Amino acid sequence: MTTDTRKQEEPGSMTPTSTATPTRAPHQDVPTGHKPEDGKVGGGLFDPKQLLKSFPDAIKKLDPRIMVKAPVMFVVLIGSVLTTVLAVKDPGDWFGWAIAAWLWLTTIFANLAEAVAEGRGKAQADTLRKAKTDTVARRLSTDGKSEEQVPGTELKIGDLVVCEAGDVIPGDGDVVEGVASVDESAITGESAPVIRESGGDRSAVTGGTKVLSDRVVIKITTKPGETFIDRMINLVEGAARQKTPNEIALNILLASLTIVFLLAVVTLQPFAVYAGAEQSMIVLAALLVCLIPTTIGALLSAIGIAGMDRLVQRNVLAMSGRAVEAAGDVSTLLLDKTGTITLGNRQAAEFVPVSGTTEAEVADAAQLSSLADETPEGRSIVVLAKEKYGLRERHQGELVDAEWVAFTAQTRMSGVDVDGRKVRKGATGSVAAWVVERGGTVTPEAQELTDKISQAGGTPLLVALEDTEGARVLGVIHLKDVVKEGMRERFDELRRMGIKTVMITGDNPLTAKAIADEAGVDDFLAEATPEDKMALIKREQAGGKLVAMTGDGTNDAPALAQADVGVAMNTGTSAAKEAGNMVDLDSNPTKLIEIVEIGKQLLITRGALTTFSIANDVAKYFAIIPAMFAVVYPGLDKLNVMDLSSPKSAILSAVIFNALIIVALVPLALKGVQYRPMSADKMLRRNLGIYGLGGLVAPFIGIKIIDLIISLIPGLR
Amino acid sequence: MSPVLAGVLQLLALIAALALAYRPLGDYMAKVYSSDKHLRVEKWIYKGIGANPNTEMRWPAYLRGVLAFSAVSVLFLYLLQRLQGSLPGSLGFKAIDPDQAFNTATSFVANTNWQSYYGEQAMGHVVQTGGLAVQNFVSAAVGIAVAVALVRGFARSRTGELGNFWSDLVRGVVRILIPISVIGAIVLVACGAIQNFSGIHEVGQFMGGEQQWNGGAVASQEVIKELGTNGGGYFNANSAHPFENPNPISNLFEIFLILVIPFALTRTFGKMVGSVKQGYAILATMATIWLGFIALMMWTEFHHGGPAFDLAGGAMEGKETRFGIGGSAIFSVSTTLTSTGAVNSFHSSNTGFGGGIDLLGMQLGEIAPGGTGSGLYGMLIMAIIAVFIAGLMVGRTPEYLGKKIGTREIKLAACYILVTPALVLGFTGASMAMDTPKNSMTNSGAHGFSEILYAFTSGANNNGSAFAGLNADTQWFNTTIGLAMLLGRFLPMVFVLALAGSLAEQKPIPATAGTLRTEKPLFTGLLVGTIMIITGLTYFPALALGPLAEGLAS
Repeated sequence: MTTDTRKQEEPGSMTPTSTATPTRAPHQDVPTGHKPEDGKVGGGLFDPKQLLKSFPDAIKKLDPRIMVKAPVMFVVLIGSVLTTVLAVKDPGDWFGWAIAAWLWLTTIFANLAEAVAEGRGKAQADTLRKAKTDTVARRLSTDGKSEEQVPGTELKIGDLVVCEAGDVIPGDGDVVEGVASVDESAITGESAPVIRESGGDRSAVTGGTKVLSDRVVIKITTKPGETFIDRMINLVEGAARQKTPNEIALNILLASLTIVFLLAVVTLQPFAVYAGAEQSMIVLAALLVCLIPTTIGALLSAIGIAGMDRLVQRNVLAMSGRAVEAAGDVSTLLLDKTGTITLGNRQAAEFVPVSGTTEAEVADAAQLSSLADETPEGRSIVVLAKEKYGLRERHQGELVDAEWVAFTAQTRMSGVDVDGRKVRKGATGSVAAWVVERGGTVTPEAQELTDKISQAGGTPLLVALEDTEGARVLGVIHLKDVVKEGMRERFDELRRMGIKTVMITGDNPLTAKAIADEAGVDDFLAEATPEDKMALIKREQAGGKLVAMTGDGTNDAPALAQADVGVAMNTGTSAAKEAGNMVDLDSNPTKLIEIVEIGKQLLITRGALTTFSIANDVAKYFAIIPAMFAVVYPGLDKLNVMDLSSPKSAILSAVIFNALIIVALVPLALKGVQYRPMSADKMLRRNLGIYGLGGLVAPFIGIKIIDLIISLIPGLR
Repeated sequence: MSPVLAGVLQLLALIAALALAYRPLGDYMAKVYSSDKHLRVEKWIYKGIGANPNTEMRWPAYLRGVLAFSAVSVLFLYLLQRLQGSLPGSLGFKAIDPDQAFNTATSFVANTNWQSYYGEQAMGHVVQTGGLAVQNFVSAAVGIAVAVALVRGFARSRTGELGNFWSDLVRGVVRILIPISVIGAIVLVACGAIQNFSGIHEVGQFMGGEQQWNGGAVASQEVIKELGTNGGGYFNANSAHPFENPNPISNLFEIFLILVIPFALTRTFGKMVGSVKQGYAILATMATIWLGFIALMMWTEFHHGGPAFDLAGGAMEGKETRFGIGGSAIFSVSTTLTSTGAVNSFHSSNTGFGGGIDLLGMQLGEIAPGGTGSGLYGMLIMAIIAVFIAGLMVGRTPEYLGKKIGTREIKLAACYILVTPALVLGFTGASMAMDTPKNSMTNSGAHGFSEILYAFTSGANNNGSAFAGLNADTQWFNTTIGLAMLLGRFLPMVFVLALAGSLAEQKPIPATAGTLRTEKPLFTGLLVGTIMIITGLTYFPALALGPLAEGLAS
C-alpha cells in the first residue's frame, strides 16, 4: 500500500550524513493514500455484502452470556424471548408474531453491526497468521560456539538465535551482531527491504519477518505467544479489545436510561388498568424496546472496533482503545522537526560569494566539489547549481585525471583535485582548517557571512579553492531546512481545533526559531535532549493537557511511555515500541495528526449516534401512546400527528423503524461521521443540526412510510 | 386594563426586580461562602454546637454533617409534634398522630413542606414558629450548602476538600436568609399580612354562621416560606389566604422572594468558578424554561373556551380575584419550577394542560430555577448529562468547567437522575395497583389519576404543593410520601456530594478552541433540549393518562 520512497531511506541512513549531521536517521514521508493537505479523515470501505457474510457470527452472539455485557441489547433479548413465548401461547395473533419477529431482528441487527466491524479485522488477521507459521530457530549455545535447531515456540527471553538469508526470524528481538536486510512486508505491507543492524536505533526485529541477505545474531526479547505479531492479530481481530473509559461511561448512562424507561413502562400498566385500557405484555415489550436507546446500544461496540480498524487501515496499531480515545483529547502535539515538519534533509538555498568572486564562480566550485558528495545535502547543491545558475551537471567520469575526495563523516568535506586546482566544500571548521593548513587565511568577511547564515537558522558550508594564487575561501553555501508543503495550513487547522504544536529539534535555538516561524508551529524545543522532552511532557500534563508524540529511539522510550499518546515508529527499537501505546508500521511521524483526527472522529460518531438515538424516542411516543390509549381517551388521538392507520400498525411501525435504523446506521458507525477540522463551536452546531434535529425528525417520516406499507398488506388490521 | 396585559405587566415588573437583585445578591453570596472571617454571633453558634468551622471537609465528612443535622432535625420536629399537647402556646391542639408527625417532620426537613394537615386546625404557635419555621430556614440553608459544595468541586482541583458544612449552614442562615427575611417580613406586614401571637377568633360570616380566624406570626413565616422555597403555609389555604398574601403587590413580592435566591445562585456559581459567563449560561437555561412555562400557562388559562370562562376572562375557577389569571399563572409556575410548595390558586382547578404544566414543572426536577441550592445542583447535574451526550460531538471526551466527566462522574449523575423518577413512578404505580389509596381521590378518571401522580411528584421532587382533592392524611400516603420526600431529598445529595468530591480531586483541563463552549447560547439551547427530552420521555406516558388526556378531551 505504500510506494517506494523507503528505498531511498535505507542507503541514506547507512552512509554518514553531511555536515548537518542529524542525530537520527531521517524519516521519509510515506504517502498512505491520504494526502495530508485534505485535512479530513476518510472512511473505510463498507460493502453491504459484509452484512450477509457476518450473519452467522451475529447469530452466535445471541448467547446471553455475551449479550449481558451490553445492557441495552440484553433487555431487547429478554423482550424477544418474552414476546415469542406470548406469541406461542396465542398462535392465532399475527401481531404478537410480528412484534416478536422484529424484536429478534433488532437483537440480531445489533450483533450484526458488531460482527461486521470485527469481520473487517479478521481478513487482516489471516494474512498475519500466514506469517506466523511455525519456524525453526537456530539457537546458539551459551558459549556461542554451537547451534541447535529448536521450534520457535520454545524460545525463551534472552536466547540468542542466528538468522541467515532466507530464514524467517523466529521471534521478536534485537540484533546483537551483524547487519542484514529484512523483508518486513508481512507486517507493514511494505515490499522494500529494511536494514537491521546491531547497536543503535535500528536493531529491533520482529518475528515472522524474513532475512533477505547477510547473517545476524538476534537476542530474543519476547516470549512466544506474546510477540508483536501475536498482539497484532489479537488487536485487529478485536479479541484483545477492552471497553474504553468513555465507552464504559456511556454504557452506564445508557443503562440508567434503560432503567428509567423500564420504570416508565412497568408502572404504566397500573395506570392503564385504572384508565380502563389494560395493555398486553406484547405491547408493553414493544414500547420498552422502542424507548430504550437501542440504536446507540446496538452500534456502540461496532463504533469502537471500527475506530481501531480505521487506524489499522492507515497502518497504525493502537495497543489499547484507550489510546485512540486519548488521541481525540490531545491538546499538545510534540512533533520532531526532521521528517515531520521539514523534509528529512537540509537543502542548498543560495550561494553567497565573498568580495572579489562572483556568485557563478562559487556555484561552479560548489558544484564541482559536491559531485563526490552523495549525501542529500551534497546532491541538493548540485541541483541548485543546475536550477539557479544553469550549470549542467557534470559527472565524475567526464573529468579525466580528476582526483575525487569523497565526503566522510570524519573529514566533513568533499571536493576534487583537477588541473592543479583543488576545490573543497564542507563544514566551516573543516574547510577553514584546510585553508589555513595551506597557508591561506579565512577573511573576517567570510566569517561574517557564515555567522549571518547561522543566525538566520541556516547551516553555512564554506567553499574554498587552492590554485596558483594560494588557498582562499570563495564563498558560502546556505543550507536550509525545507519545510514540507502544506504544513503551515495543517498547523493552522490544528490551532483551530485547539491543539498546540511544539517542534522538537536538536538544532540551536536560532535555527529552531527560524524553522518554527516558517512552519507556523506554536512553540519549539531547541537542543532537545530526551530529558528536556520528558520535562516538557510532564509540564504540559501538569497543566491538564494531553500530549501526543512520536519516537523511535531507545532514549525516546521514557517520553513515549509518559505521553498520553506515544506513537512508536516501526523502524525504531523494541524499547520504543514497548513504551508507546501505538506503533506506526509506516514509520511516518506526520501521521500523528491523522491519529488525532481518527480519535476525534471516533468520539464524534459515538456522540452523534447517542444524540440521534435519544432524539428518536420523541416520535415513537407520538406513534405508540395514542395507539395504546386513544380507545379510552379519544382526545389522545390528537397526538397521532403521523396519522397512522391503526393502533397495531402504529406500534409495529415504530418497532420496525427501531430495528431498521440500526442496519441503516451500520455504515455510518463503521465509517465514522464525516470529520473536518473546525472549532468546537462550529462542530457542535453542525452535528447537533444533523444528528439532534435529524434524530427528532427522521423517525416521524420513517414510521409514517412503514405504516403506509403495512396498511397496504390486506388482513393486517 | 385587560387581564392579559395585567399579567404581562406583572411579569415584566417581576423580571426587572429579579434583574436588579441578581448581581448584588449573587456577588454577596459568593463572598459569604468564600470569606475566612466569622461573625461574632456565628462563633457563639459554633461554640454552642461544638463544631469547628475552620476544618476543611472531604465529601464523606460533609455528607455526614448534612445527614446528621437533618436526622436530628427530623427527630426534634417529630417529638415536638408528638408532645404538642403538653407544650405551652399550643392553642389547645393535641399531639399529632405518629404517621402524620413523621410525614410533617420529613416534609419540613426535606425542604418540601407537603402538608397533610390543616395548619390553623392542628399546629399551635410553638410547633409553627419554633419547629416548622426554624426548618424553613435551616433546610433551605442545607440546600445552598450542598450546592456550594458542588460549586467548590468544580472550582477546586487536586484536593478532595469541599469546605465546612457547619460554617456553610450557619452562614447561609445568619448572613443570607435571616437578613432578607427581616426586611421581607416588614414589607409583607406593610402590605397587610398579620404578625401576632393572638389566639383564635370566632367571627360571624356575612351569610350567617360562624368562622374561626387564627392569629399568629404569619408574616415572618410567610417570608421564609417563599425565600427558602419551602411552601408550608401557616394556613391551609396557603398564599391564597388574605392573612398570608393580602394583595397583588404582596403576591408579586412573594414570587420575587421565591425566585431571587435560586436565580442569583447562578451568579454565585459563576463567581466561584471564575467565569460569570458560565453562570449566565445556567441562568439563561433556567430563565428560558421558566418563561416558556409561564407563557404556556398563561396561554392555556386565558384561552380556556366556554361561555362561563369567556365571561370570567379565562379559567378563573380556584383562583383569587385579587390576583387574577396572570398573578396566579406566574405564581403557580414559579412555585412548581422551584421547590416551593406554596399555592395562591388551586392547581387542581387549572385547565387540564395547566395542571400538566405544573406537574411537568416539578418533574423537571425543580431546576428552573429550582429550590434554594437544590435548583443549582440539579441543573449542574443536567448540564453534566447534556455535556456527556452531546459533548462527544466536538470530538473530545466530555468535560465541563475544565473537569472530565468520566466513569465515576457519570455513574453518580446517572444515579441522581434515577432517584426521583423511581420514587414518583414507583409509588404512583403502587398506589394505582392497590385499592385503598384510590379511595383518597376526590375525582374519577384522568383527573383522579393526576391527583395521585401530583402528590408523589410533589413529594419526591420536594415541592410540597398539593393538587387539592386528594385526601393525603392516610397512613399509606403519610408514610409513602414521607419516604418519597426523605429519599428524594437526601439520596440525590449523597450523589451530588460524592460527585463534588470526585471533581475536586481532578486537575483542571485548560480550555482550548477544541473545548465545548458551555457559556454560549448554543449550549443553553442544548441543555434546555436535554432537560425537556429526558424528563419528557420519562413522564410522557403518565402525563398522557392524566393532564394530557384531560386537556386534549376538550
